[in-house]
Amino acid sequence: MGLTSQSSGFSLLKEKFEIQKKPNQKVIALAGNPNTGKSTLFNNLTGLNQHTGNWPGKTVTNAQGTFKYKDNDYLLVDLPGTYSLLANSVEEEVARDFICFGNPDITIVISDSTCLERNLNLVLQVLEITDNVIVCLNLMDEAKRKGITINIKKLKEKLGVPVIPMVARDGKGSKELLDTIDKMIKKEIKTTPYRLTYNKKTENIVNEIEKKLKNLIGNKLNTRWLSLRLIDGDKQILKSIDEIVKNNSLSKEEI
Amino acid sequence: MDDLKNIVPKCIEEDISFGDNIVTSIYKKAEEISNEVVTVNDSNHGRIERKIDNLLTSKIFGYPFMLILLGLVFWITIEGANVPSAMLADLLFGFEAKLTALFTSLNSPAWLHGLLILGIYRTLAWVVSVMLPPMAIFFPLFTLLEDLGYLPRVAFNLDNAFRKSGTHGKQALTMSMGFGCNAAGVIACRIIDSPRERLIAIITNNFVPCNGRFPTLIAISMIFLGLGSASKFSSVFASLSVVAMILIGIVVTLLVSKFLSVTFLKGVPSSFTLELPPYRKPQIGRILIRSLIDRTLFVLGRAVMVAAPAGAVTWLVSNIDIGGISLLAHLSGFLDPVGLLLGLDGIILMAFILGLPANEIVLPILIMAYMSKGAMLELDSLESLRELLIDNGWTFITGLNFMLFSLLHFPCGTTLLTIKKETNSKKWTLFTFVLTTSIAIIATFIINAIATLIGIV
Repeated sequence: MGLTSQSSGFSLLKEKFEIQKKPNQKVIALAGNPNTGKSTLFNNLTGLNQHTGNWPGKTVTNAQGTFKYKDNDYLLVDLPGTYSLLANSVEEEVARDFICFGNPDITIVISDSTCLERNLNLVLQVLEITDNVIVCLNLMDEAKRKGITINIKKLKEKLGVPVIPMVARDGKGSKELLDTIDKMIKKEIKTTPYRLTYNKKTENIVNEIEKKLKNLIGNKLNTRWLSLRLIDGDKQILKSIDEIVKNNSLSKEEI
Repeated sequence: MDDLKNIVPKCIEEDISFGDNIVTSIYKKAEEISNEVVTVNDSNHGRIERKIDNLLTSKIFGYPFMLILLGLVFWITIEGANVPSAMLADLLFGFEAKLTALFTSLNSPAWLHGLLILGIYRTLAWVVSVMLPPMAIFFPLFTLLEDLGYLPRVAFNLDNAFRKSGTHGKQALTMSMGFGCNAAGVIACRIIDSPRERLIAIITNNFVPCNGRFPTLIAISMIFLGLGSASKFSSVFASLSVVAMILIGIVVTLLVSKFLSVTFLKGVPSSFTLELPPYRKPQIGRILIRSLIDRTLFVLGRAVMVAAPAGAVTWLVSNIDIGGISLLAHLSGFLDPVGLLLGLDGIILMAFILGLPANEIVLPILIMAYMSKGAMLELDSLESLRELLIDNGWTFITGLNFMLFSLLHFPCGTTLLTIKKETNSKKWTLFTFVLTTSIAIIATFIINAIATLIGIV
């Protein structure tokens, strides 16, 4: 968050936190490490002019905007910048909960091409949760200046999802991104997201828990990922599952 | 469900290495993929940047560079704002004469002319001519520093000082945001995780002068510190005194933070990692547009909205007579004893109180109130503003204390509402109000007492 008319003065008091989705609107979540250009891309796509500043953590409010491309209306949610989704901080929890429980139609992970390795940690974690992922490699100009080249084709193969090189602040790559979004919504792109396999012991226990989870909540959510979080000792997740189970039984009673 | 709740802790107990295994697997894979797809041709990359960083955040050069940069920003602002300020004042007050002629030719009643022109229009003209030029210069410069990536370096430099005060290093970042708008600064405190440190950052954010107070500080500093000295260096002295005000603000922030962290909000500072973002080439065009539209015009709009009714109230107060004496004289007479104790006067205090909705209008209200006392001079330059203030008994100490009071006093209405929203507590909002105002009163009182004792005043 920078200093803007939305972030200072009276409009602070009218801030809207809830995601209000209109029917037929497709929801896109925008995730990424801090200071990789999420807000810049957000502005590009929505035409909104949120101020972007060059410091990590400036997006503390939950920004959302809408845009239209070809036949669809989209709601874009700018998530707080995080290095991982293991919920070590409030930001990570917000981002993780939205990607997992908010059921976005597409999740865009924007990465800093100048330090891909660190950014891939988040990409891999997002790939574990959801299938419809687009990876944007932002700051390609800076990477080039630093003598870094990235084999996009190979990365695409490794990750199993579309990878789009970008220079978000100049709007380079936006068109390709929009087309990819469009194709993904129309199911013209099939993704085969890379899923990590862990050591045997971990896998065994995950399978066991996953079976029980499936009985509880069915196939709606990514049970493998939830099981992984559970054995990671994540208490918050257990609470969220508890709520879902309760809601489920409620809606059954209503019927 | 219960089954699940039981089985999970058991698994974890049996082997706590699951979590570690998961994290290491992720990191290893990321490294593996990265190594396969990334090639680095130039092993020198980042070397220059690192050199600049070592200089900007060095123990020796870090602070001086920071101060020089800050001084430079204010010097450009003050130097650049002078001429357009005078031009705007000429234009707007020239228009006022035309409006007055129009009202006279229409035979409108004196009270209507007074309320609309002398009250509302004149206050608006002051707000625009005093505030617009410095803001239009300061905001783009500040945005430039933000886009370049300098702000986190400031946080890095100040981290040690903040840790010694028992608070979080990120407070420097929230302070920087406070330069633009304290309400935004308070919101920015969300980046601080620990509730204790967040609260301290929220309470002390007001000690950074926001853009609403900058024009006031700049104007007064030019009158009492700038024009007094050789005119060639006047803007240099003025910018130095504004930098001094900011330093006082930072010192007070550190002292109050320390005070709070050993009394009301005890605790040890938590550690954090601050990432220094790469320097990025700022987009000059976009900075100009965004900072002018988003910041300057927005802040000005808010000031105008508040200034219009405040101007009307000020005119009414100074023109309604009770028992042959104006209401203004009654009010200022009532506040005078307190004001004089602080080296100020009743009208100044009244201006601060009326300025609660927005700090921008304090100076215009003050000018209005003084002018309504009869001295109807043509106010078209800082020199005549200086005469007006001196005619009303201002001294160097009044100027200094006015600046200090402006720096330290209660936050504006919007900031208070934001504090209430962010802390979710009326108690802490009230606490902030009382604490800041007490500090302002104590500081000005001490300075006035010393000045009186050694006989400056």
